[in-house]
Amino acid sequence: MSAHDELATRLQAAWQRRHGVTVRIGALQALSAGASSNSFVFELEGPGRHERCILQQFGGGESFVSALGKSEQARAQQAAFLGGVCTPEVLLCVDADDGLVDGFVSRFVAGETLGKRIVGDARYGDARRALPRQCAQALAGIHALDAEALAFLPLRNADTQIAELAARHRHYGEPLPVFEAAFAWLAQHLPPTRRPVVIHGDFRTGNLLVDETGLAGVLDWELAHRGDAMEDLGWLCVRSWRFGRDELPVGGFGRRAELYEHYEQAAGTVVDAAAVRFWELLGTLKWGVICQWFAHRRLRGELTQLEPAVIGRRVSEVELQLLDLLEGRGP
Amino acid sequence: MNDFSNRPHRPELAAALRDALRSLIAQLDGTQRYELRIALNAFDILEREAAGADAATDAERARLSALLGRHDTLAALRAELCARLRDGRQAPDDPALLATLRAGVLARLAFDQPDFKPLPHSGDRP
Repeated sequence: MSAHDELATRLQAAWQRRHGVTVRIGALQALSAGASSNSFVFELEGPGRHERCILQQFGGGESFVSALGKSEQARAQQAAFLGGVCTPEVLLCVDADDGLVDGFVSRFVAGETLGKRIVGDARYGDARRALPRQCAQALAGIHALDAEALAFLPLRNADTQIAELAARHRHYGEPLPVFEAAFAWLAQHLPPTRRPVVIHGDFRTGNLLVDETGLAGVLDWELAHRGDAMEDLGWLCVRSWRFGRDELPVGGFGRRAELYEHYEQAAGTVVDAAAVRFWELLGTLKWGVICQWFAHRRLRGELTQLEPAVIGRRVSEVELQLLDLLEGRGP
Repeated sequence: MNDFSNRPHRPELAAALRDALRSLIAQLDGTQRYELRIALNAFDILEREAAGADAATDAERARLSALLGRHDTLAALRAELCARLRDGRQAPDDPALLATLRAGVLARLAFDQPDFKPLPHSGDRP
């Protein structure tokens, strides 16, 4: 029996055990192996249903910040789905009791995630016009979820995130004046504390499934947490996710005013533009420390490929982004 | 350039190697093609850095010495500036600081990613 047949058999047994439903799982194929996740696509056949599904399992890799376990990630995603957020429905959670690595099954949704295509290809022109409104609505929906019901999500405020990032950066023994200037600026410009809400935590071009009509699904909930709603808006504006469309600060497809207006309409709260800028700068710095993290894991021999070494040389790109933000440059 | 070595000299040999790797890209697909592109990118970084690293280091030392008012190794000057930023002796939004840092960052980017450009001024503060 091949590894894929074995996986399909155990998934069928898990469905029987957890839902009391007999299903047949076929055409199972590996999709991708990421640092924190392995994905498979398969066809599910059961009483009155035949549909394509995705299985995501824990990949065993180290993640930068304490990412959620797969079952918590699935709970956050399903809460969002039930709350009306555009994200794939979760159908089944599996773990060691099923003889399987921790993971969950969600409905397959067709679309594109490659940022360069989403911001550039002609076929996504209509999608780009719709995305600022759709992203604003999705974010407002996420931020309106019941934070008490999702209290297992860690509370991550600005000051704790800054302290964590600073400790990590200084730990590498490669002090960068631009990063220290950014840390000092952030400490002086902490936004007023807002009521903590549910935050996606990685809402950006690349984690948004897009089809010709626009947003088809918000993916990758493993960094979900509770915190300042403006964090998600700021992260979406970080230049590294614009994929070259630097004049369109919102994900490479929209202008700030569009995002803010639609968000205010959908959420019924006022956007704090200064706080969004603060979180954009903090997000940029976070991406810079992540680049250092890749480089230093390669230098310690924990990773063996060339790519993490080259990612270390993207720190200079982040330094320039930070200086541009500190000088008020950019759209 | 390097008259000690026989022809091809270093930049010439580098160009031949680059051509060879580029011609390989056309024969590959998927993951291998992606990995070779990364390798070519790394090679280009090394070549740009080999040509300019000494001058860039001297210029960075001179800029940081002028900002801090003392002479030292580049590593010591950077550490000193970081310490001043941490304890508040150096303000993070000081125009002289930002101009000094920008010059150094642009010099590093000239090695790492010469096509990555600063954004134009828009007039509103972050």
